[in-house]
This record gives sequence, C-alpha cells and structure tokens, in this order.
Amino acid sequence: MGMRKIAVFLITFAMVASFAMAGGQAEEGPIKIAVAGAHSGDLASYGLPSINAAELVIEKVNAEGGVLGRQIELIAEDDQCKPEVATNTAAKLVGEQVVAVIGHICSGATRAALGIYTGENIITISPSATNPPLTQSGEFPTFFRTIAPDDAQGLLQAQFVAEELGLKKVAILHDGGDYGKGLADFAKVALEANYPGVEVVLYEGVTVGAVDYSAIINRVANSGAEAVMWGGYHPEASKLVSQMRTQGMDTLFISGDGVKDQSFIDVAGANAEGVYASGPRDTSSNPMDAAATAAHQAKYGEGPGPFFMNAYAATLAVINAIEAAGSTDPDAIMDALRSEYVDTPLGSISFDAKGDAIGVGFAVFQVQNGTYVELQ
Amino acid sequence: MNTEYFFRLFFSGLTRGSIYALLALGYTMVYGIIKLINFAHGEIYMIGAFTALIIAGALTLTGMPALAILVLASLVALLYSSIYGFTIEKIAYKPLRKAPRLSVLISAIGMSMFLQNYVLLAQTSNFLPFPQLLPDITLPESWQGIVTLPQFFIFVATAIVMVILTLLIKFTRMGKSMRATSQDRTMAMLSGINVNRVISYTFLIGSFTAALGGILISSYTGQINYFIGFLAGIKAFVAAVLGGIGSIPGAVLGSMVLGMAESYAAGYVSSVYEDVFAFIILVLILIFKPSGLLGKPETQKV
Repeated sequence: MGMRKIAVFLITFAMVASFAMAGGQAEEGPIKIAVAGAHSGDLASYGLPSINAAELVIEKVNAEGGVLGRQIELIAEDDQCKPEVATNTAAKLVGEQVVAVIGHICSGATRAALGIYTGENIITISPSATNPPLTQSGEFPTFFRTIAPDDAQGLLQAQFVAEELGLKKVAILHDGGDYGKGLADFAKVALEANYPGVEVVLYEGVTVGAVDYSAIINRVANSGAEAVMWGGYHPEASKLVSQMRTQGMDTLFISGDGVKDQSFIDVAGANAEGVYASGPRDTSSNPMDAAATAAHQAKYGEGPGPFFMNAYAATLAVINAIEAAGSTDPDAIMDALRSEYVDTPLGSISFDAKGDAIGVGFAVFQVQNGTYVELQ
Repeated sequence: MNTEYFFRLFFSGLTRGSIYALLALGYTMVYGIIKLINFAHGEIYMIGAFTALIIAGALTLTGMPALAILVLASLVALLYSSIYGFTIEKIAYKPLRKAPRLSVLISAIGMSMFLQNYVLLAQTSNFLPFPQLLPDITLPESWQGIVTLPQFFIFVATAIVMVILTLLIKFTRMGKSMRATSQDRTMAMLSGINVNRVISYTFLIGSFTAALGGILISSYTGQINYFIGFLAGIKAFVAAVLGGIGSIPGAVLGSMVLGMAESYAAGYVSSVYEDVFAFIILVLILIFKPSGLLGKPETQKV
C-alpha cells in the first residue's frame, strides 16, 4: 500500500466518521430547524421570505437563551418548487437530523417531500401549501400548515350563505379558470354536503372578456336565485354586478379573494355596494404583525414578502411546542402543537387533529361606502 | 319557457349583434375594397373607448352637464379614432399595396399588437371604470325588465349609423367610387377615380363606426382595458365572414345571427357553450354557402 492509498483511506475514514458523529449528537448541541422551499428559480420570491421569517424568530429566541437551554440552528434547503428536487432536499434534511421543517412552499413539492418526512417522523409546517388533501387525506400525520386550505373559502361562503343570509336558492357562476372554477366547485360541494336546504339552481361558466353578459344575467333572473356566488376575478365580477344592477336586479353577490380587491370597487363604483367577498383575515392591526414587519425592515431594508407572516407564525409555533413538550421528541412536540395556543402575527393559533391551523383563515367582507369591511 | 324570458334574450342578442355589426362594417368595407383583413380594427374600437374616457374624465372636472360631456367626448373620440384608422392605413398598408396579400396581413397583425401594447404602456394594464354617460330617460312601463336603457341606446345608435351608411354608399359620389373600386380597382382608376382617396375614406368610416361601438359598449359594461378590442374584433370578424365578407348588409345580418345564436345558446343551453354555438353556426353556413350569407362567390384565377 503506497502512501497515497493510505492518505485516501484515512481521509475517507475521517469523512465517514464525521457523518457518524453528526448523527449521534441529536440530544446535545443546537436544535436544528430547517426552512425548505423555493429559494431559487421562478418561484423564489415565494420561498425566500420564509427564510427571513425563521431567521428573525430564531435570532430573537437565541438571544433570549434559546429553547430548553439549547440554541437553535437554522438550515435552509432549496427545492426550487420541484417535486423531484424536494425529495432530495427532504433526504438531506433527514440526514441533518432536523427536529422540524418550516416548508415546503409549493403544494406539489410539499407532497413529494412529505413521503420522506412521514416515514422519519419529522414535523413539517408549511406556510403556503394550500392543497386540501395534504391535511384532509390523513396520509401525512406529521404535516401542519399556517395557511388555510383552498377549500376553506368555499366552506366559509357556503356557511355564510346558508347560516348568516339564510338563503334557499343560489346560482353559482365561474370563469372556467383553475382558481375560479376551483372556488366555485368547493362552494358547490360544501353547500351540497352540509346544507341540503340550499338549492343550487344554476351552475354555469361564463365567457371571460365577452362584450355583454345580459344573456347569463337573464338566466340568473329566470332561475329565481336569491344570490350569485362567483368564482373568478374582479373584472368579470364588476361587469356582472353592474349589469345586474342596471337590469334592476337586487340579487346578492358573493365572491372570494379574487374580488376582494379595491380595484373591484373602483371599477364597479356604486354598484359594488353590498357585495360580499371572502378573503384572508386582516392581520395588519395585530401588534405582532407590525413588530415583525418593523424587524424585517430593520434587518433587510425592505418590507416582508409573500407568506412571511405564515412562516413567522410557523416558526413561533414549533419553538413554542418544543418548549411546551420539554423535549425534542416528535410525538411530544406534535401533541403540544395540537393542544397549545401560541400568539403569532396571524393571531392566537393552534392546530386541529388533521394539521390545519385553528384561528387562521378567511373572513367575509362586505363593500360598505366604497370600502371592504370585515363582518364579524 | 315563458315569452318574457325569450324576449329578454332576444334583446341581449340584439345588443351583442349591434356591437358586432358596428365593428364588422369596418372589416367588410376594408375587405371589399383592398381585400385585406384589417386585424388592427378591434384596436380602433379600444382606442375609441379610451379616448372617450380620457376626454370625459377631463370634462367632468369642468362640471358640464352629462349630456354635453357625452356628445363632446364622443365627438372628439370618434374624430380621433377615425384619424387613427386613416393613419394606420397610410403607415402600415399603403406602402404594401403592391406586395403579396400575406405581407399586408402580417403588417395588420403587427399593427394590432403595437397598438395594444402602446395603450398598455401609455395608459395602464388595469381595468378602468368607464362613466355611465348615457342620459337617464325612463323607458315606457311595459318595456322595463325586458330591455334596459343602455341596450336601447345601442340599438338606436346602430340603426341610425346603418341608415346613414346605406344612404352614403347608395347615393353619394364617394359611395359610388367606393362601389366601383370594390368591383375592379384597375378599372376604377382608369375611369378617373382617386383610389387612394377612396381607401382613406373607407378607413375613416370604418374606424368611426368601430369607435362608436367602443364608446357605446364601454358605457354599457362600465369598464375598459387595453385588451377589450381583441375579442370583440375577432367576433366581429367572424360575423363579417358569416354574413359574406365584402358585403355591407351581410355584415349586419351576420352580426345579428351571431349575437342571437350566442344569446339563445347562453340562455337556453349553457353560457359555457355560447362560443361553441356561434362557431357551429359559422361552420354550417360556410359548408353550405362558402361565401357567407349574402356574399358573392369569388372567382379565382388559378
């Protein structure tokens, strides 16, 4: 054996040994929390704010002495929002022996990564993956999220129409797009499943950009619907509402976050009055929201990006749960996530048995005097 | 179903048909004279609406009565858009008069994209509210619930334009020259007709009607953006082909058929299928009458 071969052998041995040592230090040293998601590529703007959020929270916690007497170490891993990359990202984080993952960002990549985390019992809290089955299927018991799933708006709208407004007949219209038809379908399913007393008298797609909607509006009038539930964006919504009002119809109009936008009111003007729209709860009056924004401004020199508050809340929830559990045992932490309420910029939140956040979600707004007002 | 519903759908169809007709006229006239499908025509519709919005916005600040604003803004917008149409022809089509027809067609598509993006950059990509300019007159009791006032205005304005246009083409010297040019350009030139002037007039008139359509429909729907001309333009083009491209009564008839088909399809079948029905009718008519409802068969030299 020449000197070279011995050197190579020693180096290889040293590297393997260092891995083995890294594997053995889970109960001591820093607690590792990972942030995974799109940190490069087209969707990086959705993923990078969650790194900032975790950094800010962890810096603050470490400065105050850490959690369980240990410091927290942040590990950021990129998945580019690609499911095939996300599985590698997940495997790498498993190797790092992280306690929890804040992420991933995109629903597809999250699903792919969960296949690995679930087997390793690693807690995953996504700030942005809204695909309903991630929690509802029950396939991923270690998965939580600090954002409401896609069907939450449909459920809320159905509940609002049936319980608050007490309507019996509604027409559901949509623009045929992924978002619009998706929202309309969720609302329809929610109505049919939970409120058999409400009849969907019309379910129709409309042509986006058509010069005139009077034919479909006549159809709504003829169907005897008390309200139109619209799945789509605000340009068509304002055309539909304006033409209904011009025809002298006072049919109620209920829509989602695609319409909960000031430009809807600007375009529809007086016709927008009384229109209902569901949208994310307004958290800007929460002092923690303001403080987090200010901290971000101070550290990074700009305002926070998308899903920042959701990631901030997720990091707080994990750290709080570790503290409450008194250990880094995943099952104990998950129990704490489900039982403990934690104050976050999104409000005081906890998680239900399936992993969806309680206290995060949508509210119904109504246009009153030219602005959206949150209804209680 | 009940008759009132049937009539409401009828008037919906008539509204759409009227708007398509105002646009289709421009397509068909230009095609009749220089055998060009002017794809930038829908953009004139959009520019007409934008100009009217800008002028009306400025005039509202002066506190003028609504009717005066409507008349003034429309006049300025119609004039401005007509000049736009005229200029487009001079810049994009006239230098290509002797070029193959395909080159002119590409030039027209380019012009359409240019104008859309120009308005996008110069104005905004957002939807803008368009003021309700039409005067507030109460319709007779029995009409209410069947036809709305803006719809009524659209029919009346369209009908007036159609009558004036027919008179213009039938009885004036320019109308005669236009018909002559459309029949045989070389022969018209030989008999002393200034063909360039005829073409310019055609673009002026076509742009005028398109801009009128733009103002009326925007006032009806209450919103505009830089892209509204595209879809309306395509539909009007289909209407012109349906009626027989090159024929003026054909354009009006084709537009009405298309508008009615869409309205009844949306009303009785499903609004998702309104385009499907419109295009099924187009296919059927072109199978049995390839030159369109009122078009004359064109003999092509092979």
